[in-house]
Amino acid sequence: MSVAPPMAPQVVDVASARPRIRPLRWAAGAVLLVLVAQFAWFLVSNPRFEWPVAGRYLFDPNVLRGLGMTLLLTVIVMLLGSVLGVLLAAGRLSGFRPVAWACGVYVTVFRSIPPLVQLIFWFNLGYLLPRIPLGIPFGPTFVSWPTNSVISSLTAAVIGLTLHETAYMAEIVRAGILAVDGGQRDAARAMGFTARQSFMKVVLPQAMRVIVPPAGSEFISLLKGTSLVSVIAMADLLYSVQVIYNRTYEIVPLLIVACAWYLVVVISLSMGQRRLERHFGKGQR
Amino acid sequence: MSDTPVLRVRDVRKRFGDHVALDGVSLDVHEGEVVTVIGPSGSGKSTLARCVHQLESIDGGAMYLDGELLGYEFHRGHLRPLPDRRVAAQRGRMGMVFQQFNLFAHWSVLRNVIEAQVLVHGRRPEDARREALRLLERVGLADKADAHPRMLSGGQQQRVAIARALATNPRIMLFDEPTSALDPELVDEVLSVVLDLARGGMTMIIVTHEMSFAREVADRCVFMEKGQIVETGTPEEIFDNPASPRLRAFLSRYSGRPAEIPGERLLKEEITP
Repeated sequence: MSVAPPMAPQVVDVASARPRIRPLRWAAGAVLLVLVAQFAWFLVSNPRFEWPVAGRYLFDPNVLRGLGMTLLLTVIVMLLGSVLGVLLAAGRLSGFRPVAWACGVYVTVFRSIPPLVQLIFWFNLGYLLPRIPLGIPFGPTFVSWPTNSVISSLTAAVIGLTLHETAYMAEIVRAGILAVDGGQRDAARAMGFTARQSFMKVVLPQAMRVIVPPAGSEFISLLKGTSLVSVIAMADLLYSVQVIYNRTYEIVPLLIVACAWYLVVVISLSMGQRRLERHFGKGQR
Repeated sequence: MSDTPVLRVRDVRKRFGDHVALDGVSLDVHEGEVVTVIGPSGSGKSTLARCVHQLESIDGGAMYLDGELLGYEFHRGHLRPLPDRRVAAQRGRMGMVFQQFNLFAHWSVLRNVIEAQVLVHGRRPEDARREALRLLERVGLADKADAHPRMLSGGQQQRVAIARALATNPRIMLFDEPTSALDPELVDEVLSVVLDLARGGMTMIIVTHEMSFAREVADRCVFMEKGQIVETGTPEEIFDNPASPRLRAFLSRYSGRPAEIPGERLLKEEITP
């Protein structure tokens, strides 16, 4: 407007302002402090935690072997689930209706079945299918194997968890692909990239920015989900400590051992996730 | 110079649902010719560019690049679509510049210009790099080679996009409203690059709303409306001597008369046949 605002009576510089006192924050801080202190006192003062026992079993060879099995299972399922998840996501976005539909059905079915149910089912596959055949569909069979020799607790665990994981990864990857601007695909095709080059070189790397954070959470829940395999007697971390406390009845300290290891692995996974996020965040706002 | 046109578009039809986007468009573009396409929004100009580049499929008609049928082949006396790989190869022989630039956001400027040369045309990475740097020099952005696209202004991004499209030695360049997404003060830097290409003898189709540019750069100018080519001719014929009333009405809206009240203009448009 035409009239200038009146000059302030004195020169104001907000740099000299003092912070406001915020009583609610102080109150919240005090409550927090009391709760933490109470919990810490509970941990230290309650003898039933048996901390020395937990410390003794932390590096027990059986526990470490169980941890190794948990990690192995997580890595195998993570890799298989990611690769199959990308394929399934691409399938769901395929222009060929039957493929898109089949991939959609897969996701719906395998997201609905609790992984625990799947593990038990695959472990008992031998009842449904006594021998696993290899041959021409509806034609002659060349070879077959007895199911119970093929399906160990490891294969049952890998199959069950992978099928479950794939369904979730497919949805995560699909969301990532849809988040990439359509102009990027146009440009890739316009440059003469084939559909596959366009997907692998342009769309997927940019989708990773959106895929990595939920995929990280998914891997973490997978790591913990592997504890389910203890029900089919697979010697993972949880099963290993169970074997020990069934003998010694030191249940709490041994569960603490398992928790400590899960915590260590999850923290390392989270750190890896943060690095990946930084890597794929390049070139984005 | 042969008399086969670089690009031949014959009676091309395209519809999106009920909307007819292209209603029998025919156009020949010869070696070294610059054709500008003008017309109101929704007239099918951009669709034409996207169809020529096979980013959209066409419903009828045919298109030829250097006499080769685009997107289809004869097989035992019947036409059938080409496999993806061959369509990709055909696209690779044309260059496209988009309204929204569409630089690959996860790659540096240099890599944007290098990658198609290596992936699609099988050039050695060193050669591709040298060519990319030469082209970035040509559009005045050699110093931005290592920058990421988002760090550049719109005008700079569009110049990189032009360099990227040129890198594969296209037979023809298609520009789909290259300056429509730019701030007004950035338009000229892009247009001067395009003008430079025109003077260098590049065969081009330029869809644009910049009327003075459309006139200056063109060997031939095409006016489209409602999915049809209404009038085609030299820039003088189109801009100084428009034959059809529709073109006259369109040009009068773009001439530098004082701004009208929008409501009034809408009324007038409804009256125009």
